[in-house]
This record gives sequence, structure tokens and C-alpha cells, in this order.
Amino acid sequence: MRLPNRGRIDRSVSLPFSFDGRLLTGHPGDTLASALLANGIRLMGRSFKYHRPRGVMTAGSEEPNALMEIGSGATMVPNVRATVQELYEGLEAHSQNHWPSLSADLLALNDLFAPFLGAGFYYKTFMWPRSFWERLYEPAIRHAAGLGRLTTDPDPARHEKAFAHCDLLVIGAGPAGLSAALVAGKAGADVILADESNEPGGRLLTEQEYVDGEPAARWVAATRARLAQMDNVRIMPRTTVTGAYDGGVYGAHERVSEHLAARPRDLPLDCFWRITTRAAVLATGAIERPIAFPENDRPGIMMAGALRSYVNRYGVSPGRKVALFAYNDDAHRTARDMQDAGMEVAGVIDPRSEPPEGDYPVFSEARVVATRGRHGLRQVQVQSKGGATSIAADVLAVSGGWNPSLHLSCHMGGRPQWNETIEAFVPRPGAVPGLVAAGAANGVYDTAGCLAEGKRAAGEALAILGVTAPDWVLPEAESDAGSGRTLWLVEGKGRAWLDFQNDVTTKDVKGAVQEGYDGVEYMKRYTTQGMAPDQGKNSNVNALAILADATGRSIAATGTTIYRPPYAPLPIGVLGAGAQSKGFAPERLTPSHAACLARGAPMVEAGLWYRPSYFPAPGETTWRESCDREVRMVRGAVGICDVSTLGKIELQGPDVGLFLDFVYANGFSKLKPGRVRYGIMLREDGHVMDDGTTARLSENHWVMTTTTAAAGQVMAHLEMVQQCFLPRARVRFTSTTDSWAQFAIAGPRALDVLNTVLDSPTSAERVPFMACGAVRVGGMEARLFRISFSGELAFELAVPTRVGASLWRLLLAQAEGFGGGPYGMEALNVLRIEKGFLTHAEMHGRTTAFDLGLQNMLSRRKDFIGKAASTRPGLRDEGREQLVGLVSRSRETGLSAGAHLFAADAAPERLNDQGYVTSSAWSPTLERHIALGFLRNGRARHGERLRLVDHLRGVDVNCEVCDPVFLDPEGGRMR
Amino acid sequence: MLIPCPLCGARELREFTPKGSAVTLHRPGEDAGPEVWHDYLHLRDNPAGPSRELWWHGAGCGAWLVVERNTLTHEVTGAHLAEEEAGP
Amino acid sequence: MTVLTPQGPLEGLDLHHGNLKLSAVALGRVSWIAPYPGTETALSHALQAACSMSFPGPGESRESTAGRILWSGRAQALLIGPQPSAAIEKCAAVVDQTDGWAAMRLTGYGAARALARLTPLDLRPSHFSRGRTARSLLGQVPGLIIANEDGFEILVMCSMAETARHEIENAMRSVAAREDIPKEPA
Repeated sequence: MRLPNRGRIDRSVSLPFSFDGRLLTGHPGDTLASALLANGIRLMGRSFKYHRPRGVMTAGSEEPNALMEIGSGATMVPNVRATVQELYEGLEAHSQNHWPSLSADLLALNDLFAPFLGAGFYYKTFMWPRSFWERLYEPAIRHAAGLGRLTTDPDPARHEKAFAHCDLLVIGAGPAGLSAALVAGKAGADVILADESNEPGGRLLTEQEYVDGEPAARWVAATRARLAQMDNVRIMPRTTVTGAYDGGVYGAHERVSEHLAARPRDLPLDCFWRITTRAAVLATGAIERPIAFPENDRPGIMMAGALRSYVNRYGVSPGRKVALFAYNDDAHRTARDMQDAGMEVAGVIDPRSEPPEGDYPVFSEARVVATRGRHGLRQVQVQSKGGATSIAADVLAVSGGWNPSLHLSCHMGGRPQWNETIEAFVPRPGAVPGLVAAGAANGVYDTAGCLAEGKRAAGEALAILGVTAPDWVLPEAESDAGSGRTLWLVEGKGRAWLDFQNDVTTKDVKGAVQEGYDGVEYMKRYTTQGMAPDQGKNSNVNALAILADATGRSIAATGTTIYRPPYAPLPIGVLGAGAQSKGFAPERLTPSHAACLARGAPMVEAGLWYRPSYFPAPGETTWRESCDREVRMVRGAVGICDVSTLGKIELQGPDVGLFLDFVYANGFSKLKPGRVRYGIMLREDGHVMDDGTTARLSENHWVMTTTTAAAGQVMAHLEMVQQCFLPRARVRFTSTTDSWAQFAIAGPRALDVLNTVLDSPTSAERVPFMACGAVRVGGMEARLFRISFSGELAFELAVPTRVGASLWRLLLAQAEGFGGGPYGMEALNVLRIEKGFLTHAEMHGRTTAFDLGLQNMLSRRKDFIGKAASTRPGLRDEGREQLVGLVSRSRETGLSAGAHLFAADAAPERLNDQGYVTSSAWSPTLERHIALGFLRNGRARHGERLRLVDHLRGVDVNCEVCDPVFLDPEGGRMR
Repeated sequence: MLIPCPLCGARELREFTPKGSAVTLHRPGEDAGPEVWHDYLHLRDNPAGPSRELWWHGAGCGAWLVVERNTLTHEVTGAHLAEEEAGP
Repeated sequence: MTVLTPQGPLEGLDLHHGNLKLSAVALGRVSWIAPYPGTETALSHALQAACSMSFPGPGESRESTAGRILWSGRAQALLIGPQPSAAIEKCAAVVDQTDGWAAMRLTGYGAARALARLTPLDLRPSHFSRGRTARSLLGQVPGLIIANEDGFEILVMCSMAETARHEIENAMRSVAAREDIPKEPA
């Protein structure tokens, strides 16, 4: 019901929206919850387990009941708290967890079986028979229980992440936060003031109070205007600080456009901020405690502070006749505000013997012992000094006191401390370094106290920054928080709820103790108390109190469970923001990329690089046809391949030779300028890390190549070796992978193609195998290397990247003139397997030089990384799995990488395992299926026949062991 | 978590890669014997409290750092260039 | 003779979103310069003689009529513009990286906010003032960022230039769209 002349809503504008298909209207300034209440809707959802009718309980992000699905289709978001969702035109909301409808929920049958469905019920009941769990019990339980549904469509929303840096982060913009921001802002510090609501003010917007002689909301507006004037203060509304992390980093969730009806295409829905700050003020306020009295969960029963929010901030009342139940003066403040708004106060129920008087019935030494009303509250049963009474009321406001919102102070493992005076947990100072608690979050509840707390906390935070706090005279404000006591529980018939979101009652907690789960963490897990999306914000402390009572311990001795981030539920989408498409992994593109795409080459990822898989020719329908043709083309004529992706590291200095001797297992310092050498690097544990060639361009100038995949790892390794082991060596190196476009020209006609592009033609004699040198192409400096990864006569020609695309086109045109053309990764792989050349399929991190047959490369004359460990007997034992070649006995059945090797007559079981396959291919050259793999004592077993089994791919074929070099073992073709 | 790089100032964790204990800096000689090498390669203390670790500022300046960190509180108490305490 | 046509990674880049502008920068010659242990002073003298600039300290850059030199990591800097003199090559490692880097300039009101979508760097002018350089990340792309009078210059590896452009444009769109959100009544 809308109240006249109250609230911070714009009545001149009507916003149509829908709830469960009903068309309703609200106003700008409304939340979905306040708009529903204004339309007389109290029933907003069904509870998790018992499907009890539920209405809104709070006016903040701690709301346990009023969870909605917002939107439809792919953009639907479940479990949105109606108290946080701002109303916009066309908003579409649906209630959750009922079947078939909210008012006629057949699953409410669960409620009738409640005596059997208490905590522990599932553990005990659905144990037998075992096979029923997956087929019957779990599907049935999942159908009946739960919250919102997820859409299975891809999330079309634009999420964002961002970084922010400041000197002081003020968390919460109530009286304490505003005061802290004002003081720190005046001191000149860089301040971020983050607040969950759409506008700063906190409870100053919801109470009928005066600050500095004017209505509190007017003081808020003036303060906000002052802060807006300060360039060093940044106000972030709709931003929930969700976590405190190491080193002064805080996570925060900003709802950027969830409140907008029309969202511009580029505007993110929300943003996850990582805020790095030197100090922070925790001004998050406090959350009101419910009281666990029988049947305390009906729609219409809500927190007293929330009721004042609805009346004063939103100009709406959830009913006409209000009853109040509280053990403190807050209830009486609520009664005054309700009367002021024209509502009837049917009674104030206070357990104290002399509660404050008012112009309404006051029941002293009184308790609520029961409630009535199926889909909403109708009647409150009171037991008081004067006996049993029944009060007709459609709203019951409850206050069991307040819990400081101290969650963030516990995010680094610190526990809160119990304050006996206010009977509440308060933040432990220093629990998060640099975080200072203030105001209600620190257990100070009156407005004047909160303003003073903000000033004090800002002073402490500024001291951390080494800044003196400026003078600021505190404004006058209400200084009486009212007296009060705590009432946790009213004993009586009927269930009394603690955790409304997970349907945990006082009986469940007592049951946990009876079952022996009497520690706080055990009780939590047994009952699921506090484990719903709201993480028990308004129920955990009550549950602790019941647990303490049931175990005869104090609350302080009982302790709390650990509060962990996030403080409020976070959408997965915003945590993954920025990690879609190119944000997931950069795409590194070669100079020939566009040309490869133009030829229809499918691209494959190699590390971050994209490389062509094969180049389909007209009429070819499978990759194998293209691959086989490309292999024959290289063996028979000439092929061109973009090898720019190989890591290139340029090294300079007088000590490069010494440095390379230390990082490579074989020797390099004696390599002559103009020559190239193949090398292997080991890890310090003696296993092979990477291989590649290094060219000595001149006396002090070298270029190392690494495999594409290991380039980053090798660079990190070289940096470590240089900085940690050889810091005084005169050697410097940098990656030049991106500076050079490099193309392999391979095949019997390679020299012919090469000479068409070189400014001065060369010959195989002038550039012998494993030579390198400077050449010129189109007048530009270029580098020529006579190296081969195909086993053919081959060159690699490197030109500056900017002319790479141009040279690629030229080389292809020339190669085609000699019956050649481009070849892709598939052909490259077949060519190297035919030659037994290694890749990281073989150098997979668990193989040694000995395993790979490269043991003779390990230098005896010098120390190098991995030397000591590589000499361990176990790493050169004859029984180790050694690199071998394998040829299929069948022309039809291929060998598969990942398959395992067994003796021909052995069962293909783990105990009989003799080795495994790492690379396989159809060799168009040999016209056989071939493979590389590792076999126990393999070098001594050439000629042996084995059984090769791949259980995953259903391959079971006989093969013969041979030398890993299938083709041209003497290397005559490439020399 | 922030690491105070001596060259770049305090930087976010994502720019760094850890490499384990800083004992890696004290590499034995090639003839030190299998026991010493086994200890160097495989045996590590697991301190509850102050620790010294090697980190690489790979997405930053490229320096290898010795980072002093308390494993109980995650507090980073200092960082210096590894080359300052490295061998010959 | 062979005729090769040059083509840069960001040729013609000129993007506008709201007040933000992203454009390609032609750096000219880029030389990576790294002094050896013990040759730092000699290098500074050689640089001073050749280009009237000293070798920059961490996070610094220098500018003269000859060109610029940008600190680009531990014991290294990028000389932008001039060809390094023989004296420089004598006391430092010098590698021509003209083709290795792609450069962009992000300018306009909110440039720092756009970049803050991608980099964890503290971009506040008090911490990253004009002329400062930093190696860091743009999303997952490593880069070198330089603070200018009206925005930032961003250098990334040539092969990742397209990804970096895509990421920066995405951030520009977000920031520009925020300018259009209806403001709260004060």
C-alpha cells in the first residue's frame, strides 16, 4: 500500500512491470520489493525445503526470502534479491521454487511431512537401497528443493572487470562512511567511497532523524555534493565490496546497468573491481536480528528497521495494522513512525517489565508465541504478564537487536570478538591489515556515534598514510541508540526459524547437538545453517546463541564459523569477465596469416600462435589427401612453410659462448661464426627441457631458436640462469620472434626457389649444411640458415616482419613454378616423423637425453644445467623406455599416439605394459603407417614384433620395432 | 597480493611467476655428490612463518626476485634482485 | 630484383569511441639496448654523445631532439628514432626491434579508465606521471605503457597487436557507454 507524501520516490513517473505475469506499476526510486508491497503483494516466494509461503523480511542485500528470477530467456538471472533490484520500466520478475504456482504450490506437501524432514533426514533416509539414490531419490529431491533455475543459453550480457587504486577505500556510505570520506577527502587523500545502494546515505535515508539541525536526508545530499566537489573522492554507488584480500586488495561488484530499462549495447551489466588501497574503513553498518519465535516466517513478518525503510524511504506500507515485537527501544521508534504514517499500531510486545509507553497498546513481559495466516499474517498470539492475547495484525515488525556487518574483517582468517555489553560480535582490530572498523559495523549504533566513529577511523587510516587529519567539527545528531536487551528465542509449540533461506529451525540446531554435532562448524554442516546464498547474514549469530544454550557454553566460547568472500552472491559471469574470445588467450598471428586464410587453410593453435593445418587443393575432400600431397610435394619438389612462430632469441656479448655452454648440454663456445648447431637443454633435474638450433652470426652475436611451444619457458629459464647463476657474465639477450618473418624452403628444388628471391644467388657449396649468413632480399637485410626439419635440402630465410607477407606470396608463386607450394602443420609433422625428429610429444618432460638416444650430446668437459642429475644411474638404466620407430604390420590400421605397447602374446593390461606411442602418421613416402614411441630397452629390440593397443580409440594392431629414423638415415638428402 | 619489485614498485601478483624456495640460488658444484644434489633438487623446508622464495617478474621487467613472505599471514615483507645474492 | 611491400600490423588504425581515440603510432627505428655488467656508465656517455640523452633508470624515459629512449625492463631500454652509434654498440647489446613492436596511442578524457579495464598498473597521475614507462599486462597481452601528456602510448609485440587492439577497443566501448548512463539526481 502506497503512503502519501513519504519516501524518496518520483511519483510523477509510473513504471509498469510484471510479477508472475501480472502487470503492476511502481515509481523511480522503488526497489522491486517496495513496488510489490505497494501493490499489496506480500507473498513473494516459497522456502527452499518446506515450500512455506514467504514474504520480504528485510530491505537490504541480506534478504533471505524475496528471491526472484528477473528477465526471460537467455538474459534471465535467478536468485535476484527483490530488495536490491531497482525497479525499471518493463521489468519482468518471476517468483521461484514452486509447482505449479506461487499461491498453489503442491510441493508445500513437504511442509506436512516436516516432522520427518528435519536436519539429517536425507543422510539417514535415502541410504537404502543404494541404487535408488541416482534414479529416484536425488531427482525427486532436486525437483522439490532449490531456488531459481538457470538458463542453459549462453550469457549474452556484457560483463566487465577493472582495476582501481586509491589511498583509502571507505566501504559503506552511511553516517560513518560519509563522515570518514569527508575527513579523508578534506585531507587530500585519494578516496573511493563504495556503497551497495543506488545512493549514499545508508540508514540516514530511512530514519526520521535530524543531522546538523536539518532532516538527515538533506544533510546527506549536502555532504554528497561536497564530496562530489572533491577531485580526489570517487563515489561508487551500487557497488558491494565482496572480499578483502592480501596486500590491501579488495574485490567489489558494481551493478552498472541492472537498474536500466534500456541498456546501451556497449554498456556492461556489471563490473568486478579489484581495488588496491593502502587503508580502508569498514563502515558497513549492521544487520538486524530476527527472533526465533514459533511460526516466525509468515509473509508480513519483517524486521523493524526494514519496515521503517519501506515506510520512510519508499513510502510504502506492507499492511494496515502493525504489531511490533522487540526487546529494545527500536520497536517503539518503529511504532512512532507507523503512527506518523497513519497506520494503526495494534500492539507493541516487549519482554521487558517496564518498556517505554506510547499512544498504543503496550504489552510488557510479553512474547509472541504463535502466528496465524496461511499466505500472510492475520493474527499474532501474545503471552504477556496479563495472560494470553490475540492481536489482529497484518504486519509484525521484529527486532532482536543488531549484528555488526563485520564479514570483511574476517576474510583473512581473523575471528571476530564477542562484546558482552552490546551482546554482539564486533570486528577484531587488525584482523585485516589496514582495515579500520567504524560506526554500526563496530558496534556503535547511534547516529552521532557513527559520525564520530567515521571521523576517528578516517584519522587512523590517514595515520597509516602519514597524513594528518584535518579539523572537522562533527554535526549534531541523535545520540541515543536506545536501550535494549537480546532475546534469541521464544519457546513454544511450532517451528521457529533461524535460517529462512535454507529452512533451518531451532529444533534442527538442538537436534544437531543431540546427535553429537555440537561444535559450531559441525552444527553448520549438519543443519546447513548459513549455507544458502545469503550465507546466513541475519541468522548465523542467532543459531550460535541457540547452540551455545543447548551446549551450556557461552556464545564467546562457542565462536563463529569463518566468513569467506564473497560477502554477497556474485554472478559467475562477472568473475569470468574479460576472459572470453581474445581475452581468454591472446591470438598470435604470423605474417602469412591472412594469406593462409585466403587459401582456405584451417588454422590450428600452437601455443598462442595460429598456424595452417593444411592447404586444401581443388578436389581434395579430406585433410589426409592434402597432407599426403604436401608431403610428396616437399620430398619431390619444394614446399614453403611459415616458421616465424619458432622462438628466436638474440644473444650478444663476449660471454655468450660461456653462457650457452652452461644452458645447453652440448658444447657451443667453439662453434665458428657462420655456423649453426643443434642443441638440447636439460632441466636441473636431468630431463630434457627443449631442443633447437643456435646460430653464431658473428663473434659476439648469436641467434637461438626454440620450439614454438616452449619459447616462453625457455626465455624464463635463460633469464633465471643468467640472473641467478651467471649475473656477472657479459651476455644480454632478447626475444626477436616478432621482429623476423621466417620461412622454411624445403625440397630438392629449394635452392632454385631461394635463388629467385635472393638479390645475389647462392649455392649449396657456399651455404653448406648447418651454415648461416647475412643475405639481401629486395635490398633488405635478411638471414639465411641451412637447416632442415624435413630431412630434405632446406633453407630458412628470415626477413623483417613488415615484408613477411610480401615475401610469403612471392615464395609461393616461385615454388609453384617448380611444382611446389605451401605446406601446413600436418605435413610438417609427417615429414619430421619420417625422419625421427623430436617435438614436445617426445620431449614431454619425463624423458632424458638417454631415453631419446641423445646421450652422446651430454658434454663431459664442462658443467651445465642438469648435468649432475642426468648422471644418476636411474636416468640411464638400460631398462628405461627408449625412443624407437614403429611400423604397422597392417596397411589399413594406423598406429595411434597414446597407445601402449605389449609383447605380441601378452594381454593388454597395465602389468604387461612395455611402452607407449607419442607420434604417429601415415607415411606417403614409405606408404606405411609409422610411429615414434618409447619402449623398454627399445634400442636393443629393433625387429621385434609387438602388440599396440589403444583402449580409448579401439585400436589393436601388430607392429614392428625399428630405428626412429625411417628415411635416409645417413642424411644425404639434406646435406 | 602485491609484490614490491625493486625496479617497478608494488605490482599485482598476476605479473609474477613463483619458482619455489630461494635455495635454488645456491647451486652445488657438479662434483658435489649425489646426496648434496638430491638435497638441492628435492628436499625443501616447509616453513610456517617467514620464507624466502624465487619469483620471476615475467609480465613486468623480467627480473628474478628473492621475495620474503610470511606463509602464515601472506604478508610480503621484502623483495630484492636475485642477481644481488647470486654466485660468481 | 625482388620487390617486397612493407605492411605494418596496425596500419590505418584510427578508432573513436565517445571521447576516446586509439591510433597507430609510427615509431621509426626501434633499437633494444642493454648494457653489460659494468658498462652502464660508458653506455650513458655514449648515448649522451650520440643523442644527448642518458640511459634511463627504471620506469623512466628521456627525450631529445634526436629521439627518445624508454626504459623497457631490467637492464634494457628502447631507443626510438636514431640509429645507435658505433660507440653505443661497443658497450651494450644492440638489437634492431623495429619490426618486433607495434605501437598505439590512446588519448582523450577517460583514457586511464579505459586502460584500467585491462592493466593492474596504478595509472593515477601521482603514481604514473608524464614520461613514466611500465612493463605490465593488457589483459593477457604483455606490453610497455608510457604516460603521455594527453593519454598513453602502448607498445605490444607485433604478433599480438590485433588482440591488443581488440581488447583496448572493447575497454573504450565500455567506458564510452558509461558516459551515457543517466546520472542520479544530485
